[in-house]
Amino acid sequence: MSDLLPNDPIYQTDALIAADIDAYLDVHQHKTMLRFITCGSVDDGKSTLIGRLLYDSKMIFEDQLAALEADSKRVGTQGQEIDFALLVDGLAAEREQGITIDVAYRFFATEKRKFIVADTPGHEQYTRNMVTGASTADLAVILIDARKGVLTQTRRHSFLAHQIGIRNIVLAVNKMDLVDYDQAVFDGIVKDYTEFARSIGIAGFVAMPISGFKGDNITGASENTPWYHGPSLMQHLETVEVDATVDAQKPFRMAVQWVNRPNLDFRGFSGLIASGSIRPGDTIRVLPSGKTSTVKRIVTLGADLDQAIAGQSVTLTLADEVDCSRGDVIAAADSPPQVADQFEATIVWMDEAEMLPGRPYWMKIGAQTVTATVQQPKYQVNVNTMEQLAAKTLDLNAIGVANISTDRPMPFEPYADNRDLGGFILIDKMTNATVAAGMIHFSLRRADNIHWQAVDISREAHAAQKGQSPKLLWFTGLSGSGKSTIANIVEKKLHALGRHTFLLDGDNVRHGLNKDLGFTDADRVENIRRVGEVAKLMTDAGLIVITAFISPFRSEREMVRQMLPAGEFIEVHIDTSLAEAEKRDVKGLYAKARSGQLKNFTGIDSPYEEPEHPEVRIDTSRMDAEAAADMIVERVIGIWSPDL
Amino acid sequence: MNSVSAAPAQHSLTHLQRLESEAIHIMREVVAEAERPVMLYSVGKDSAVMLHLAKKAFYPSPPPFPLLHVDTTWKFRDMYALRDKAAAAAGMELLVYQNPEAKEKGINPFDHGPLHTDMWKTEGLKQALDKYGFDAAFGGARRDEEKSRAKERIFSFRTASHRWDPKAQRPELWHLYNARKAKGESMRVFPISNWTELDIWQYLHLEKIDIVPLYFSAPRPTFVMDGQLFMADDLERLEKIVGKDRMPEIRERSVRFRTLGCWPLTGAVESEAATLTEVIQEMLLTTTSERQGRVIDKDGGDASMEKKKQEGYF
Repeated sequence: MSDLLPNDPIYQTDALIAADIDAYLDVHQHKTMLRFITCGSVDDGKSTLIGRLLYDSKMIFEDQLAALEADSKRVGTQGQEIDFALLVDGLAAEREQGITIDVAYRFFATEKRKFIVADTPGHEQYTRNMVTGASTADLAVILIDARKGVLTQTRRHSFLAHQIGIRNIVLAVNKMDLVDYDQAVFDGIVKDYTEFARSIGIAGFVAMPISGFKGDNITGASENTPWYHGPSLMQHLETVEVDATVDAQKPFRMAVQWVNRPNLDFRGFSGLIASGSIRPGDTIRVLPSGKTSTVKRIVTLGADLDQAIAGQSVTLTLADEVDCSRGDVIAAADSPPQVADQFEATIVWMDEAEMLPGRPYWMKIGAQTVTATVQQPKYQVNVNTMEQLAAKTLDLNAIGVANISTDRPMPFEPYADNRDLGGFILIDKMTNATVAAGMIHFSLRRADNIHWQAVDISREAHAAQKGQSPKLLWFTGLSGSGKSTIANIVEKKLHALGRHTFLLDGDNVRHGLNKDLGFTDADRVENIRRVGEVAKLMTDAGLIVITAFISPFRSEREMVRQMLPAGEFIEVHIDTSLAEAEKRDVKGLYAKARSGQLKNFTGIDSPYEEPEHPEVRIDTSRMDAEAAADMIVERVIGIWSPDL
Repeated sequence: MNSVSAAPAQHSLTHLQRLESEAIHIMREVVAEAERPVMLYSVGKDSAVMLHLAKKAFYPSPPPFPLLHVDTTWKFRDMYALRDKAAAAAGMELLVYQNPEAKEKGINPFDHGPLHTDMWKTEGLKQALDKYGFDAAFGGARRDEEKSRAKERIFSFRTASHRWDPKAQRPELWHLYNARKAKGESMRVFPISNWTELDIWQYLHLEKIDIVPLYFSAPRPTFVMDGQLFMADDLERLEKIVGKDRMPEIRERSVRFRTLGCWPLTGAVESEAATLTEVIQEMLLTTTSERQGRVIDKDGGDASMEKKKQEGYF
């Protein structure tokens, strides 16, 4: 099996190691690193290929080999021969299923390079894992079974690799031994793939006929394919240009991760250089503030550096006392990145719970975390056919394009120019799960062109004329809990006290402003967003606004709270148990929901997330509507009393 | 200076420079986002690299977290000596934790088999993290060590009861690490995930990092048990446990260790490699993998490390 080894110069290291270990270490020290992914369908022989690379580069030791031989006989799929796939398939669950279920990282080295391979699954439901593995890769090996040709999954993997910005694509036509090393088969596949690659914008790729199982064209030219004159897989991997080298030629950018302040005399800015290079004396600009300064020192343990380049973690000190904190970007002063708060981006959804347009998520980009909302997707891409489809949301493993807005302007670069300043993740604020990955295309001009119109009569003036402080009394609770009833009494009482009020009722708003919305989670989020915006305008006008909406999700109630000045949002939880609300069933809706005639009904087949710390909680089992209204008015008047 | 980062002006980085930068970046992210980080320190060569990287990441500040040694009382004496010296030199607080229950019951590797690791290390670690309220613990695990490690994230989440769920791991993209967690949850963070054993040795060599002398060959008192070679680091204690009449034959041999743990569980190899470069040379020419000297992976069969990790072992 290893007949390629003894004469292969790539692995002729033993002699050097034995003769001159210092010389060997010197060679090893100067190796570069290439990260790549392998993608293929379930039976394309991915794990076998990786096992082969490990085996050929002597990353397998005798004891592992002995275990491998024993395992191969016990559970292997290659008869009495070594099943290299067993080396790679790690987790117990997947060994039984015979598939790789997650991203696994493998390591091997040759004379010239160290390699990190992300082994990414070919299984349908795991697009998420492939995107994850591809995000740090310089190169993708797309495996094709020579007997099967270009499959749907080949197209999907190529599309994803291209989307994530991988410039180097290798088309490895595997299992050539099973088609008798037939050139016509190889040429046919390459022709098919070329057509496809061109159609999705892949500028170029390198194709090679291989056998991971037999070792053909893996480390050297195979005698079985005399018609093939290109490089072996390993030769190509050893010589292809890595992205870090390309990044080092671009303008300087570094996101500040941590401000290093051991004492009053030292203030350093630590970060990983995303692109370009830096030297002491270089003029820099801090974003988003735009302040400029010059680099004084590049500080490391041991000695200061004369220069640092993309990919290095450094600590910079500046000549001036400029304001700069975690999340800011230090950039070349003469070509800084843009700053914006609205973007178009490709989004890959990675969570079981679908995307909710309008819901605030955490967005982590570079070293900063901001709040972002995603609009309804412009389209979703069918990753098998590359068709653009209309979509209201994105669910697990879906890829689409949508606009995103953030709660503050932030420095960024288009993903195509800079992965570190253009790639982001979205994090659910409640579960803390990483729900999506995104790639910024460009900022929306809108953000620049729509200015806030200053008006002369301020919200303070509006409120002063009415002699009151604006408030938003946000009633939340199950359907039939008594929200509308109590809210109505509260408004009457406030009106009688001479307050200027307005009641926004859930059912009424759905007859007009929100009549285009249904009751899916996504529509519920949009419903609340609109009501929140309307209520905010009304508080700007100086009104005391009362809203009565189920508003089942904490995230959206929190979003409305954030829209208003501190203290103006008063959350009123009308706390009626599901059993009690269902027993009352004033509108007969629970009965309908129970019988299945009504879908997505809160409490039945759609969740209600109770407020954790409402300003007011009304337990309707302990007081009637009149008493509840009195209590709310009293609480609210009490809060306002200073200016009454 | 022959250091990894202080290389002359250049246009591309070596693999060690990229690995070093990645590890430093990870450490800084944790310090920026976690409330109470700690570095697990086992005094082995990987721990030595981790400590060195921490010094580099935060220089001129000392690393802004303590070191935690989850002790079993069965480590080699040389390890205890280096531990105290290295912590002091780094200007870091050293916390040593020994599971009081294991201590009380006299749990030891001779009489209690797998229970020894479970009580002292797995349980001890959980107890220590809970006691001090650490929400992020740096560990020196590498993906090349073992198959289940190869799939673990760099930021690896643990439930409030310290369990790892391999099927519910957060996707990790680019250099973006999601460090958000609910109260009670914690994360284990592995900055040298992408290093191989050779990278570790090479880095120790280039950066001139001090490691426990047991990694280098010297004449040492040894005995054979179940076909493996061990060092009798504490003869008195050995005799107390196994009994005078069951004492194995002690012979002086020139040995060294590939990994260091509890001395009765760590197999020695016969070797003449007495310097760092000789050790690297021998390692490169050798044909057995690193963990073979460690008994721990083997109990419990095929998926033992995965099982241990789910239970909370590092």
